[in-house]
Amino acid sequence: MFPLGIEPYLIGGVIIGLGVSLIYILTGLHATQSSFFTTTLSWFSKLPHFQDKRNLEERDWRLALAIGVVTGAIIYTFTISPLGLWVTKVDLWRLALGGLLIGFGTRLSNGCTSGHGISGLASLSTTSLYAVITFMGFGIITAHLLELVWVV
Amino acid sequence: MMNNRNIVTYFGGVLFGFGLAYSGMTKQEIVLSFLRLDDLGLIFVIGGAAVITFLAINVVPRFMKQPILGGVFKPRINVLTRNTLIGAAIFGVGWGISGQCPGSAVASLGTGNWPVIIGIAFMYLGAYLRGRFIKG
Repeated sequence: MFPLGIEPYLIGGVIIGLGVSLIYILTGLHATQSSFFTTTLSWFSKLPHFQDKRNLEERDWRLALAIGVVTGAIIYTFTISPLGLWVTKVDLWRLALGGLLIGFGTRLSNGCTSGHGISGLASLSTTSLYAVITFMGFGIITAHLLELVWVV
Repeated sequence: MMNNRNIVTYFGGVLFGFGLAYSGMTKQEIVLSFLRLDDLGLIFVIGGAAVITFLAINVVPRFMKQPILGGVFKPRINVLTRNTLIGAAIFGVGWGISGQCPGSAVASLGTGNWPVIIGIAFMYLGAYLRGRFIKG
């Protein structure tokens, strides 16, 4: 069940939680991730969906959050990472098709593993609980089906 | 751009990204091994983060009237709609195909995991199509 132990997962999760908590305690903002795609599109698309007042208000801090996320990963990679730079071997078509469904689905659902999974569950939102059960269920079924077909 | 709010979300993001990389979430293979139920560690990533955030959202406001830099404390509660669940199902399929999710994909840019740029480009396309063709 835990071939790599639970420590890296738990410690990493706590660090993520500290980042989200720091932002909440200082600003009251929920540092969730998938909205970033919608708010950055507001710089490029005139569609009313993207020009929504809330998107325009949020796009600066969400961009700063995303740049911070990249910075944190760079710091990890060049300090304590045992492997240094690391590149996935997952097929490009899977990254592309998966990415398309992730972008569409998270924005339709108003949340992802961070919005529903961390901030929503931490808020004791039943909506987020149902969303988490749904994406976990479909994720597990899909990964198993792909394994059966392709033997990854 | 350089106001206090953005500086705070930047540094909170640094912790977020460091934690994602530390926990292996920037390795799509690890996420896929969770979804194949070979390594259940991902539960501790979401669980650990959610427990700490639970304290920030539910306990800290008992001792503080409002956030330090202003604004309001308000839990993240959304109304459940059909789109919440349809969207979550579609996201789940994409997650199971690729082992990516939005936050870990962005963090992957910082670990040298360059193929995920393709995934992020398609996440933008998906987010655009949602805004272009679905109301609300």
